[in-house]
Amino acid sequence: MRSFEYIRASKPEDAVRSGATIIAGGTNLLDLMKLEVMTPETLVDVTRLDMKSIDADDDGVRIGALVTNSDLAADPHIRRDYAVLSRALLAGASGQLRNKATTGGNLLQRTRCTYFTDTSQPCNKRDPGSGCAAIGGKNRILAILGASEKCIATHPSDMAVAMRALDARVEIRGHDGEIRLATLDDFYLLPGGNPEKETILGEGDLITSIHIPKPEPGKHIYRKVRDRSSYAFALVSVGGVLGIEGGKIAHASLAFGGLAPRPWRNAELEHALVGQTPDAALFDRAADILLADAKGQGDNDFKIPLARRTLKAALRELTGVSQ
Amino acid sequence: MTEHLKMDKVQPRMLDETGQGAITVPMDRPEGRLKVAGQATYAAEYKAENMAYGVLVRATITKGQVTSIDEGSVTSLPGVLGVFATGKMPRSPAQGTAGAAPIQPEGRVDYFGQPIAVIVAESFEQARHAASNLKIAYEAETAETDPETASEIDVPDGQLLDQGDIEAAMSDAAFTVDATYTTPPHNSAAMEPHASLAEWHGDNLVLHGAYQMLKFNREELADSLGIDPEKVRIHSPYVGGGFGGKLGISQEAIAAAVAARELKRPVRVVMARQQVFEMTMRRTESRQRVRLAADKDGKITGLAHEDRVSNLPEEGFSEPTAVASHFLYGGENRFFRQEVARIHRTTAGSVRAPGEAIGQLALECAMDELAEKTGIDPVQLRIQNIPEKHPESGLPFSSNSLAQCLTDGAERFGWSERKGVGKRREGEWFVGMGVASAARTNILMESRARVTLNPDGTALVETDMTDIGTGTYAILGQIAAEMLGLPTEKVTVELGDTNLPGASGSGGSWGAASAGSSVFLGAKAIRSKIAKSLGCAPEELRLKDGIATGANNRRPLAELMSGPISEEGHIEPGTTMEEFAQSGFGAHFCEVGVNAVTGEVRVRRMLAVFAAGRILNEKTARSQGHGGMIWGIGSALTEAIEHDPRDGRIVNHDFAEYHMPVHLDVPDLDVMFVEELDDHSNPLQSKGIGELGLSGAGAAVANAIYNACGVRVRDYPATPDKIFPHLPE
Ligand SMILES: Cc1cc2nc3c(=O)[nH]c(=O)nc-3n(C[C@H](O)[C@H](O)[C@H](O)COP(=O)(O)OP(=O)(O)OC[C@H]3O[C@@H](n4cnc5c(N)ncnc54)[C@H](O)[C@@H]3O)c2cc1C
Ligand code: SF4
Repeated sequence: MRSFEYIRASKPEDAVRSGATIIAGGTNLLDLMKLEVMTPETLVDVTRLDMKSIDADDDGVRIGALVTNSDLAADPHIRRDYAVLSRALLAGASGQLRNKATTGGNLLQRTRCTYFTDTSQPCNKRDPGSGCAAIGGKNRILAILGASEKCIATHPSDMAVAMRALDARVEIRGHDGEIRLATLDDFYLLPGGNPEKETILGEGDLITSIHIPKPEPGKHIYRKVRDRSSYAFALVSVGGVLGIEGGKIAHASLAFGGLAPRPWRNAELEHALVGQTPDAALFDRAADILLADAKGQGDNDFKIPLARRTLKAALRELTGVSQ
Repeated sequence: MTEHLKMDKVQPRMLDETGQGAITVPMDRPEGRLKVAGQATYAAEYKAENMAYGVLVRATITKGQVTSIDEGSVTSLPGVLGVFATGKMPRSPAQGTAGAAPIQPEGRVDYFGQPIAVIVAESFEQARHAASNLKIAYEAETAETDPETASEIDVPDGQLLDQGDIEAAMSDAAFTVDATYTTPPHNSAAMEPHASLAEWHGDNLVLHGAYQMLKFNREELADSLGIDPEKVRIHSPYVGGGFGGKLGISQEAIAAAVAARELKRPVRVVMARQQVFEMTMRRTESRQRVRLAADKDGKITGLAHEDRVSNLPEEGFSEPTAVASHFLYGGENRFFRQEVARIHRTTAGSVRAPGEAIGQLALECAMDELAEKTGIDPVQLRIQNIPEKHPESGLPFSSNSLAQCLTDGAERFGWSERKGVGKRREGEWFVGMGVASAARTNILMESRARVTLNPDGTALVETDMTDIGTGTYAILGQIAAEMLGLPTEKVTVELGDTNLPGASGSGGSWGAASAGSSVFLGAKAIRSKIAKSLGCAPEELRLKDGIATGANNRRPLAELMSGPISEEGHIEPGTTMEEFAQSGFGAHFCEVGVNAVTGEVRVRRMLAVFAAGRILNEKTARSQGHGGMIWGIGSALTEAIEHDPRDGRIVNHDFAEYHMPVHLDVPDLDVMFVEELDDHSNPLQSKGIGELGLSGAGAAVANAIYNACGVRVRDYPATPDKIFPHLPE
């Protein structure tokens, strides 16, 4: 671990420092610092800032960036009106980690690509231009959608999958104190030629909260397929909300984890579902749309049929139509 | 005085006569509280005045020669004291019971991650930073890292056996199985990483380490440093899990000792988790072909078990994959052959139940396949093929209660409720049951202990035996208490110090039997002295709660003793080990759910029945069973080291991606012991239990998967991707 300067922010302005990296729960950042995957010279601890509340009203909820994953999952509003979010959180990490991990930190956790975390290996994300060791290496946990020739990493968060399905927006305080909001769609960037750039955040930007509009009434699901029952990242996950009226799908919003460099959502897929009578053929069509551009890397080829099966099972559960 | 016994003949069942009631009872581990309260000091927690911190530096090539180490690239970094041990650094840890230095390759690199130096600094963080930035130049060579395509293949001595005519047996058989199974590499993955603190006092070295076999480790360390073993003291009172990973001295100990000598100050070296994976022993991967031939009644007429494992060039160890296949089942025609591929991956060595752990994943799965072909119930098929005597050597078994384990287990588990393949469905879940036999060879090793009885009715047991979390403190105290007629809390046990009499060490499941026998013998000698003071024959003596009775005499110990009585017990294996085939046996029963959509497997319940001779402590024995069964779940479902296909590097070298079972993977585990005393094993009539629980456990899980959903996974572990493609969408 490289030595660093540590500053504790007592007001948002303190978080704006040139060359400084924000630390919240530290459950991801500290691991990466020990491995020298991240080598900040200055850490700004934001955990004393007033960003710990969950404010819900009839239109939606505003979640402070420092709300812990445990508190968020247990919040009665979240459990009642945003069940997919609560379930996604509880499907992630372990009790101990969730007690420490924060909402902002969870959104910004880095990929679990094992080449990214070993500095002896070429990795375009860690060391731009050095290459991508995961291509042609062990890539069972990596992406089948949205990857590029430069990087095939996945975003590991469960929470972010639920938030993406719920149309969450990230509230960002810029270095100049200005507040802006970004949908997760805009917030996360695809790797393209610059996998080191993962979000729209720039220097001095601080995530202050997440805004989620209240979802339309419907059934919530978060289904995570993993190698062991708990404490493992998703091979494939599906989260979302779906409502049925008069035997037809009235609305559907679905997001996917484990498949792509960011929580994945496909508007065409949802469009194909809405207004239709749910049946097996429709579910197949939805899976075809989701996976039309899917590309395996060898070890992870299985994710393509697994995503198909998982999506279809999720749709069966959401619609109550089993045939 | 020393009470010596070479185990050449059956010994009286003394522990049946003593009557104190200390033995077998499910006593808590006396040090358990210290451990859960964080008060037991582990190696990485020792501090010494003026201590410096070392961090190992690894090679980042697979094969070649270090041509230069640019010390200047780090010596200017804050706190750095130097780069050391480049000449003495061993390639690998010593193999178990080596008792001599591991290969010290002087800058030759044989696998990715091999340690080549230690950097020492004033703080751990400074040392770690320097270690990740040290510039090393190599002359790299191409390396073979794939056991399947390796060009150098050995057939080790004694790993070839051809009895009868297996080919003829196969072609004449009414039913045959010819199946190939593969198992992945494993790491012992003990919670405590490898750690050593070295302190020199003049020419004498004291090492606080985390080791399983101190008597051997001392020789290994001394030999590595080129000094007299008498000058080395290893202290290892608590070990946070060993599982074979700490059998032999490893690189951090040698590095700490060299650096401490050169710096003239204590040095502590602790491996990071990634280093534990890369530098210490892994269990080899294996490819195993099992052939079974059976007549129309399901009697096995032929059994062949061939395997390919791997190791580094010049490494003596090869996983004895087929070890239990030699005697679990009969059949006149038998064939065994092992191949060792010489490749450049992290060293292969003993990991819990070397041989049995993976051999039974294959054999017991093949038995399930044979049961299916013959239409005979898998429990019945196993029972009817248990041999009368060892099918190759012809030796009688010292004891073999396998049939009873299977029968009792089937009864308790509700085996008769088992349905046909794919016949039981609960919503999205297929549910099925599986069974497997367990066997783990029983071994007695030379061991010594000193037992001291004080007139105040307290006693002390001293030996360099280790407790790697298994309950050694508990059982040695219980044996002494039982023999000396004292409540267990009156006995203090001191372990883990090479200044104490040399024990067998913890490994090969022989620790309790071997160290336990030495304590038994020491206490037995004390009994003789007390009998003499009381004026009775030793056989007549009764010792209970500090009172001696015999020859119509009844006296408290204090009146019989003028001072402490100290005796050393010394056990050695003898002819009973050559004249009898000795093994613990057991049976595993498992019920799983397999998700019809995703292929995820969840173990729903599991039972193991063990026959391991006298049970010395029902609680710690049960815990060994639990631990083994959990390991079996991991072997069957989740655990696998992945090597990069290009350079052999271990890719998943941490606990986030090397998946051991977590709580939610482990259901209620039921463990039962059958009553058994093994008169040929040792004077305690016990057999090893530490590795038995793992043997066969994973196969019961795999067989349950097959019964649930009809998918036969022959490539362990059975992760979802190996199952769902075979299930209807
Ligand atoms: C073994 C293990 C298993 C795990 N399993 C799962 C799992 O199954 N599913 C899952 O979803 N997650 C999992 N996690 C990840 C865990 O959820 C994250 O580590 C955690 O959410 C990160 O939150 P934190 O507050 O600790 O972030 P930190 O480590 O403090 O920070 C992470 C990043 O976010 C930045 N940051 C933090 N807060 C802000 C802010 N307010 N504004 C701007 N930048 C900020 C930091 O600079 C840093 O780059 C696992 C983690 C571990 C170690
Ligand atoms: S997949 Fe991305 S993170 Fe992984 S090695 Fe390639 S560039 Fe790095």
